[in-house]
Amino acid sequence: MGKKRIEILVGLFVVLGAVGLVFLALKAANLANFTVGDTYKVQARFDNIGGLKVRAPVRSAGVTVGRVSKVALDAKTYQGVVTLDIEHGFVFPKDSSAKILTAGLLGDQYIGIEPGADEKNLEPGATITQTQSAIVLENLIGQFLFNKAAENGSDTGVKK
Amino acid sequence: MTDALSNLGAATLRWLRSLGHAAFFFLDLLRFSPAALRRFSLVVAQVHAIGNLSLVIILASGLAVGFVLALQMYYALVTYGAAESLGLIVNLALVRELGPVVTGLLFAGRAGTSLTAEIGLMKAGEQIAAMEMMAIDPRSRVLAPRFLGGIVSMPILAVLFSAIGILGAYVVAVLMIGVDAGNFWSIMEARVDVWRDVGNGIFKSVVFGVICTFVALYQGYETEATPEGVAYATTRTVVISSLGILAMDFVLTALMFSTP
Amino acid sequence: MSDTLIEIDHVTFGYDASRTILNDVSMTFLRGKVTAILGGSGCGKTTLLRLIGGVYPANQGRVVFDGELLDTHDKDQLFRLRRRLGMLFQFGALFTDLTVFENVAFPLREHTDLPESMIRDIVLMKLNAVGLRGAAPLRIAEVSGGMARRIALARAMALDPELMMYDEPFAGLDPISMGVTANLIRKLGDTTGATSLIVSHDVQECFSICDYAYLMMPGGRVVAQGTPEQLNASELPEVRQFIRGEPDGPVRFHYPAKPLAEDLGVTA
Repeated sequence: MGKKRIEILVGLFVVLGAVGLVFLALKAANLANFTVGDTYKVQARFDNIGGLKVRAPVRSAGVTVGRVSKVALDAKTYQGVVTLDIEHGFVFPKDSSAKILTAGLLGDQYIGIEPGADEKNLEPGATITQTQSAIVLENLIGQFLFNKAAENGSDTGVKK
Repeated sequence: MTDALSNLGAATLRWLRSLGHAAFFFLDLLRFSPAALRRFSLVVAQVHAIGNLSLVIILASGLAVGFVLALQMYYALVTYGAAESLGLIVNLALVRELGPVVTGLLFAGRAGTSLTAEIGLMKAGEQIAAMEMMAIDPRSRVLAPRFLGGIVSMPILAVLFSAIGILGAYVVAVLMIGVDAGNFWSIMEARVDVWRDVGNGIFKSVVFGVICTFVALYQGYETEATPEGVAYATTRTVVISSLGILAMDFVLTALMFSTP
Repeated sequence: MSDTLIEIDHVTFGYDASRTILNDVSMTFLRGKVTAILGGSGCGKTTLLRLIGGVYPANQGRVVFDGELLDTHDKDQLFRLRRRLGMLFQFGALFTDLTVFENVAFPLREHTDLPESMIRDIVLMKLNAVGLRGAAPLRIAEVSGGMARRIALARAMALDPELMMYDEPFAGLDPISMGVTANLIRKLGDTTGATSLIVSHDVQECFSICDYAYLMMPGGRVVAQGTPEQLNASELPEVRQFIRGEPDGPVRFHYPAKPLAEDLGVTA
């Protein structure tokens, strides 16, 4: 087989591999979803961030507007401090609230931003003050049981 | 009694010695790789022999695995109402595991055995000795180009296996079963991470390529120059490569994917 | 420049401790002459060639190449000396993935910076010398055994080496090819002044072209040496058995075994 032909075929092979890689990266994985555009940082404090992970989406009205870039613990207040990277095109009022929501029943957790009514917008570096922590299943169950017990208690007239 | 012990001791020493011999062989392959890179046409010819000629079986297997995965996973997922995640499951299974591992096993069988037989027969036909007598180092002219060819070919083949597997799954899931096309791709896109999943899979396939090619070349080089010797060597290539791949897969998976 | 190109001085060699292949062997190969090393199989003739080529180090004794003591650990020396020799392997040892032309061009391309046009000319001339210029484009799988050997000869000659070593060049050839090969070896030595070493067990062909010969026996010893005339006239039993091809003599016909009667279970 001629040398030239071999080289062409090998070149094709490598190109095919590159195409496959690009396909996997773009179509089949989340490379395209990386916000390559400019973002600005905003912080939010939560009592409990639940299962929120770095790179979790930040959504408003269901539309992805940014990503979680950092999760840390405030040593003084023992709150979780989450840093959000929000794309420059999106601005939210200063009194917007951030909630940790779950996608679907058992899905991943993400941050949902509900816009407030303030005229001033969130500046880069600002902190979202209105937050709602993640729903922790154990607390929910504990609360349910407590309520149930309280109901039964008041039924039988047992007072504590 | 002491006979058995001394035999065991001798066998262990022999095994250790062959292990050391193999290690030096590996170091030689690395050492002569830069020289082989300078003769780029040799490497290209080997990528053709090792990679291009494996394309048919890799693509066919990838397609088949994609089909079957989609079918099997569908039946499992649909009971939980999670059929929309079919694309995601197939993708992760392929890109993280099946792509590198199955490609590696096929590679060991197809390219590994052919390398072993080729080197073994070259040695038997005194071609290696002839090269040495002509003051040309066979390691840089024969072995290192094949080593590089294998390392370059494996990741490409693994990527193609996964890609065509996903396409095959698409055909079955969307076109045949009727899973929603949009969800098929979007859920996959949202949850598969380029660096963590695709990237680690590629890293795995490079490691497997190194293992397979090294074992194949070593077995070929050290084989006895008889038909039985070559047959035995090719068998060993497949067995050792496959075991190596499976063992390294476990180690790498544990390292890479232990935290969700 | 002395007359001696290669000197083997009391060399003993074995691959491992259990088997000695060469036992206190001493030989001298004169420059420009054709010297034959005769002997049956298993007397270490091919191993001797490997020692000269620096593939293995002698356990005892010295191998001297053109006044230089051979040190197999000195890669530079080996590289330098190997470029001055050409070896013809028993079955050719041609590179099966290259064509005939590319095989002969191989040493030229590897060791010289000559332009392709010049390499082409040299290759065709070498092939012409062995009568196979027309076979240049063929693949190795397409050539016959005798042709393969001649191509290997052309390849070994490509760099016009000072020393040509032939490992069993006549083995398995038909009478015509044998004559052709013997002719080529002699002519090559005469025209280029190269020193030729032929390892063979073919007495007649060797005697027709060599200037001097050594006879080796199993166990790696040299039992006789001399010109063809001297060996033909020798009275030594080993020499007579080998030259005349007698089935039994100092080299025994039977592999060592118990007496036949004992093996068959018949009391003597």
